Amino acid sequence: MSTVNSTATAGHASTSSALGTVANWITTTDHKKIGRLFVGAGVLWMLVIVGVGVALGIERIASDSAIFNSNSVTQLFEMLRTGATFGVLLPLALGFGIAVVPTQVGSKSLSFARLAMFGFYAWLIASGLVIGSILANGGPGGGDPQMVDLYLLGVGVGLVGVIAASVSLVTTVLTSRRTGLSMLEIPMFSWSVFVAATSLVLTLPVLLGSLIYVAVDHHYARLVFGGNEGINTWLGWGFSQPQTFLYVIPAIGLLAELAPIAARIRQPLRGAMLIGVGIVSTAMFGTVTQTSHVFVWGGTLSDKLKSAIPYAWFNLLPVLGVIIVILLSLLAIQKGKTRLIAPLVPTFLGVGMIITGMVGNAVQRIDAAGLAGRVFEEAVVTYIAYGAMLCAWGAIAYFGPALWGRKIADSVVIIIGLAGFFATILAALPYYFAEDQPAGVVGNFQYAGPQTAFNVVVSGGHILMGVCLLSAIAVSIKSLRSGEAASATIWSDQ
Amino acid sequence: MSTTTSHALPSGARPAPRSSILVATSAVAAAGTMLMFGMLAMWLKFRDGSPLRAAARGKMIHDWLPADIKIPEVATNTMAITMVIACVMAQWAVYSTRRNDSSHATLALAITSVIGIAAINAQVAVYLQMEMGLADGAYQTMFYAITGTMLALLVTGVAFSIITMFRAVAGRLGDSSVMSAHALYWYFLTAVFVALWFVVYVQK
Repeated sequence: MSTVNSTATAGHASTSSALGTVANWITTTDHKKIGRLFVGAGVLWMLVIVGVGVALGIERIASDSAIFNSNSVTQLFEMLRTGATFGVLLPLALGFGIAVVPTQVGSKSLSFARLAMFGFYAWLIASGLVIGSILANGGPGGGDPQMVDLYLLGVGVGLVGVIAASVSLVTTVLTSRRTGLSMLEIPMFSWSVFVAATSLVLTLPVLLGSLIYVAVDHHYARLVFGGNEGINTWLGWGFSQPQTFLYVIPAIGLLAELAPIAARIRQPLRGAMLIGVGIVSTAMFGTVTQTSHVFVWGGTLSDKLKSAIPYAWFNLLPVLGVIIVILLSLLAIQKGKTRLIAPLVPTFLGVGMIITGMVGNAVQRIDAAGLAGRVFEEAVVTYIAYGAMLCAWGAIAYFGPALWGRKIADSVVIIIGLAGFFATILAALPYYFAEDQPAGVVGNFQYAGPQTAFNVVVSGGHILMGVCLLSAIAVSIKSLRSGEAASATIWSDQ
Repeated sequence: MSTTTSHALPSGARPAPRSSILVATSAVAAAGTMLMFGMLAMWLKFRDGSPLRAAARGKMIHDWLPADIKIPEVATNTMAITMVIACVMAQWAVYSTRRNDSSHATLALAITSVIGIAAINAQVAVYLQMEMGLADGAYQTMFYAITGTMLALLVTGVAFSIITMFRAVAGRLGDSSVMSAHALYWYFLTAVFVALWFVVYVQK
């Protein structure tokens, strides 16, 4: 009897402990936990996105047969577009920032941690609303008006959450640095998070304002903004280039942080590196015009200049920022006594994929290239989203020991990073060459190129990325539970 | 002992005040400004895109504001003036706090709250006097969307005033940055309202 009682007591204690742990996590104000919640939820979104990518890829292999009906295909494309930016890039950028920045700037806590936690919950609830509404025939182009309303509500709530978390990050960097640490001396990753968060605070409210108009019009009148078909017209800029460049600034900052550590020297031309990261944020001016700036070579010299200047401003200037960061990182590696550190591999490859996407975007905006409305644009998004995922893997490997006290094996980090790199190439590169294949459709197209081969390779790339993602999740969980303990000075031994 | 004292280094400078609440409010104000100015920009875009029609004295104007809708100018002008007064009251609260004058700070914040509620009341009065349906047309839909968003910002301003007032009543005047943040928020509200008033109610 006593045994039964003690077992029951132990069971009760265990349950209480488990409940206590859950309660601790869902009400936490610890920046490391809030950041990890963001990153964890973002990783789950990644699985959804990769799954959708696989489904669409398989659907496209035989263009004359269909697994999904045409409405479902539209919803899947919207899920891919919204999810890649809203579900993956934003939470990863914010999550790593929230988890790491306070530590890097010497603060014990995040400024307005409850605001950041509110931001997480708002974003999480919004994610559920967005996924649920799209699955129930909502979203842009959706057939159920109530579900379309729900989609708009979800995006709006999510934007409020992201803005709230960004305000918390900006305030932390500006007011909670340790005494004597100037803005120019903060670590490059924190600088990039600050630049990204400031850009989000300034651009996402404009998207929210457009969304309020569209939502009110859709719910009550459908007179002004084109109903469900007009959603992409008015809100699409928030989920496409150059706005997405803002979401990957922390990934570029991570490379700027890791290169001098690998080289074991102080970053040469550090001021230029700060400027390079800052230049990427010029993409935020895309908010002002909310349109794609296409370069048309025709007419008078004045016409050419009127076309070339905004094209260069919105499409080339952010690329220049990334090029500066990459070149300065290579300079540090070349000048120092460089040794390979595992997180640098996926990060460097990831930034390479991101700039490939950015250059592709610049090419796509040249009118003479004739790439508008082609799968080329999907390849651009894939490069950027998957590149950011690779950088996120680098960030997990690099910051993980500081967050949960255990390391991830270097060889595993490098292998998954390389596999993810090849997966990205496979999932995106064929569509850079399949320029005759129309975007947003899965059937009834025919062109001279090896279309079946292209679509098979792309599907294989998405599947490989899914495998990499699952492997990364498994390795991270294993590291959490039984990884090698990190040393007291976690970052000094890398 | 005296020798040691004479050679002791002077204590370091006091760390700079953090003013987290002021910085966060600045960020929120920047976000709110982008929100409202973005909405105003879309308003202007649609107004400029509306067809032209002949008005009095043969002048051609954009057919944006429906002819049967009259904007109650007394109420809207009063709102604009009221918002400016709210800024003065909020700044009075900052001034009183720096002089550690709890009663005046409380009074200033109470007046700010009442003014905010009066502005909300005036906006509702404008809605009632205009007597137009939200789904009646493009102008009506966009009018309710933009003024409704402004109304939501006003409600948050009143809530901020009331919370700050309770802090003042409780004697928590040590950190004047909260009062400064509160004043900054009302400056922001007034600035965006004046812009909205000029574009939506004056220029129509």
